[in-house]
Amino acid sequence: MIKLTVNGAERSFDGEPDMPLLWYLRDEVGLTGSKFGCGAALCGVCTVHLGGAAVRSCVTPISAAEGQAVVTIEGLSPDGNHPVQVAWRELDVSQCGYCQCGQIMQAAALLKETPKPTDAQIDESMSGNICRCGTYPRIRAAIHQAAGTTKPASKGDRL
Amino acid sequence: MIHDAKTMVAAAATSPDSPSALSNVSRRAMLGGMGTLVLALSWREPARAEDKATEPKKFGADAMPHGWQDDPKVFIAIAPDGVVTVTCHRSEMGQGVRTSVAMVVADELEADWSKVKVAQAWGDETRFGNQDTDGSRSLRHFFPHLRHAGAAARLMLVQAAAKQWGVPASEVKAERHVVTHAKSKRSLGYGEIASAAAELPVPSRESVTLKDPKAFRYIGKTEGRAEAGQGQVHLIDNHDITTGKAIYGIDTRLDGMLYALIARPPVFGGKVASVDDAEAKKVPGVVKIFTLPAPTLPTEFQPLGGVAVIAKNTWAAMKARDALKITWDDGPNASYDSVAFRAELEKAARSPGKVVRNQGDVEGAFAKAKKRVEAEYFVPHLAQAPMEPPAATVQIKDGFCEAWANTQAPQATHDRLAKALGLEADKVKVNVTLLGGGFGRKSKPDYVVEAALCSREVGGAPVKMTWTREDDLHNGYFHTISVEHLEAGLDAKGMPVAWLHRSVAPTIGSIFAAGAKNELPFELGMGLTNMPFAIPNVRLENPEADAHVRIGWFRSVSNIPHAFAIQSFISELAHAAGRDPKDYLLDLIGPDRKIDPTSIGDVWNYGEDPARYPIETGRLRRAIEAAAKGIGWGRSLPKGRGLGIAGHYSFVTYTAVAAEVEVDAKGTVSVKRVDIAVDCGPQVNPERVRSQMEGAVVMGMGLALSAEITFQNGRAQQNNFDGYEITRIDAAPRELHVHLLPSNDYGKPLGGVGEPGVPPVAPAIANAVFAATGRRIRQLPIRDQLSA
Repeated sequence: MIKLTVNGAERSFDGEPDMPLLWYLRDEVGLTGSKFGCGAALCGVCTVHLGGAAVRSCVTPISAAEGQAVVTIEGLSPDGNHPVQVAWRELDVSQCGYCQCGQIMQAAALLKETPKPTDAQIDESMSGNICRCGTYPRIRAAIHQAAGTTKPASKGDRL
Repeated sequence: MIHDAKTMVAAAATSPDSPSALSNVSRRAMLGGMGTLVLALSWREPARAEDKATEPKKFGADAMPHGWQDDPKVFIAIAPDGVVTVTCHRSEMGQGVRTSVAMVVADELEADWSKVKVAQAWGDETRFGNQDTDGSRSLRHFFPHLRHAGAAARLMLVQAAAKQWGVPASEVKAERHVVTHAKSKRSLGYGEIASAAAELPVPSRESVTLKDPKAFRYIGKTEGRAEAGQGQVHLIDNHDITTGKAIYGIDTRLDGMLYALIARPPVFGGKVASVDDAEAKKVPGVVKIFTLPAPTLPTEFQPLGGVAVIAKNTWAAMKARDALKITWDDGPNASYDSVAFRAELEKAARSPGKVVRNQGDVEGAFAKAKKRVEAEYFVPHLAQAPMEPPAATVQIKDGFCEAWANTQAPQATHDRLAKALGLEADKVKVNVTLLGGGFGRKSKPDYVVEAALCSREVGGAPVKMTWTREDDLHNGYFHTISVEHLEAGLDAKGMPVAWLHRSVAPTIGSIFAAGAKNELPFELGMGLTNMPFAIPNVRLENPEADAHVRIGWFRSVSNIPHAFAIQSFISELAHAAGRDPKDYLLDLIGPDRKIDPTSIGDVWNYGEDPARYPIETGRLRRAIEAAAKGIGWGRSLPKGRGLGIAGHYSFVTYTAVAAEVEVDAKGTVSVKRVDIAVDCGPQVNPERVRSQMEGAVVMGMGLALSAEITFQNGRAQQNNFDGYEITRIDAAPRELHVHLLPSNDYGKPLGGVGEPGVPPVAPAIANAVFAATGRRIRQLPIRDQLSA
């Protein structure tokens, strides 16, 4: 029996201990905000917080979460107003949106460690999170906005 | 699919004695299962004059299967609390269509944006009009019809209020969710009058007046906030997406749902020879393992067969699938090797092929030319690789099949399910979820049919079919593989007087007619036949090529190889002429003029009326000029840096990209800045046009720099995102500027937006690499070509 908390609620699981946390969250708990993209820690769409750190839930066995606190996008903030979520909406970062929960969880972890990241620090922290729609310029901008380090918009953008 | 058959017959009959018999092949006409008939029609004998079309050729939405609808009662519901629900019949895959459809309707309806919601239509084209979300045509085709639906509903609210108050409708105004009779100072909220309005007959089309675009509240706005009454809207799904509540195809959950994976033949055309499932059955949670039949030719959108595993959770299905011991019969494509195949394509490209455009005297002009330049360009297979792989859930209950799918083609999915299960059309319903990216992959409903076949095996219980990333990269519908051979003869000033272009690539038509070897008019019309440059003598040829994998649509499709080759070659010609590449490109465009695409051999023109949508060279020029101005063309750069430029016409839109790259001592290319300019005609949602261009640059960078699918022994060699390298944030340019070319005349036709940003990206980068290093890129991706 594996015991853990998910978004603050105590849970126990007596299934296969090698089941990746991702499938436990999606199939067993019913939290589908964490996505499947690669199954090999190559794309980051499954990113959740385990013990406060961003992890790829698709390769993290549920057994590794024993006694720990798991936070998913659904539990990042009670009202969906974490500064990263707010910035994502203000800048309309999303296109299809599928990877964005993972991006947001990664960005929230980055800002906890590095409250005022540079572009280079953003790139380093976020390069494990793929967005096939190509929203990277807005991801950078939204992280700066959430961090309060927004650069003024370039005038060259509009003709 | 009788409608499709009619469409095709009409298209063929329009000009039966020319290659244009295939002129109007939409993706859906093909999806309609008429592929074989379509191709057969193109090969028939020229018809007699009296057989020619009796009805005028249709274009745009009129020519799509099931056309369009504009009934306000179909698209708009207003609740007593005033909440307006707009039904979006196009699939949302990141282009923002749910937001844009809702804002168009809301604007004409005079709805308060804060009271607008969106619902997703199920697959039913008879009710909603065409739903194939591809070809960059949602707004292009439906903008006027959605406006009409909104305006008609507004009129009905006005009429209902007028009737209730006993006043002439002409004295009642609808404004921001309130109808008002100024004289008597009476007013009602939309919610209060909605049920009375719903009782009224839908007004005739003639009686409905669209808004003056000057009065638009949301359409075209880039300033202000829609919630405040006028201004830019935000994404309607923003909150759901950022909180994990948005539901994609892979997120469906039903009571008693089971989870399935399939081990598919690793080689296209292969099948299961034998299977040992003893170990797989021991995996806890496994419910059923069974073999699916191999598809028949042409494979079209059929599942590929293989061995299916159904389990109580995804992980159990994955483990059991891994434990299967399968011996495959690899079939006729067992030796497919994409390196050897490239040599075959090159051989074909060096010999004459089917002539698809011939103008002037190319041989004579070559003979007189002062200089002859020749080059070949290669683009490999690509996988769409949407972040959400194909996934679908199906249940069959009491003879009724219900599906939840991330599909770009809801009606085709519906039809394929009915066919696969032997059900009547009214016994199938396809619910459309959000799509975690599509890029053409999700136009094919094979994976939904797989889910249905699995459900049938377990008595109709709900089954979710998930594709892993490996499945997606191994068993997809790949972007074609191509060699483009170009030759030009230059005059004394260095301008081309002769132009020969041979394009060789396996065709998408091969999935609809096994053995098809020539590109179809819609593929040729993506930048090859409609090459608009002012060159007097032109011959375009399409030598034959076989297909050894499933070929499918990939965002911007054949425009990718055609634009890469043509725009790179023009840069090469500029160099040969000792000219600035941008100036040379503009000179080659020549004077501003409108070209009838049919006059230069493009009978397709993206399905649009050539009179309404001629190729306007001045618009291409302005896009190139805007991109050049944006990046500061001509400025001096440090060693190792260079600027490149490319322009392209696709999906009746004009785009240009200017790129600044740096190539370091190791030969690694980094893209420092990109300026992309787009003229897509009037913009409905400029903010989303901008985001589509940003995304297109990033996707175009991936195929320029690092992405390719290669085959050995018939098997794709890339398994996941380690081998299939697409752009990550650290490679994305820090400076990415979108220049929207203004067009405020909403009477003009709209261009496409989703795809046209992609084609000019790779040639602009390749041209910039040349400027930086003097080394010419003639094959994609660039990868480590510059390291030696």
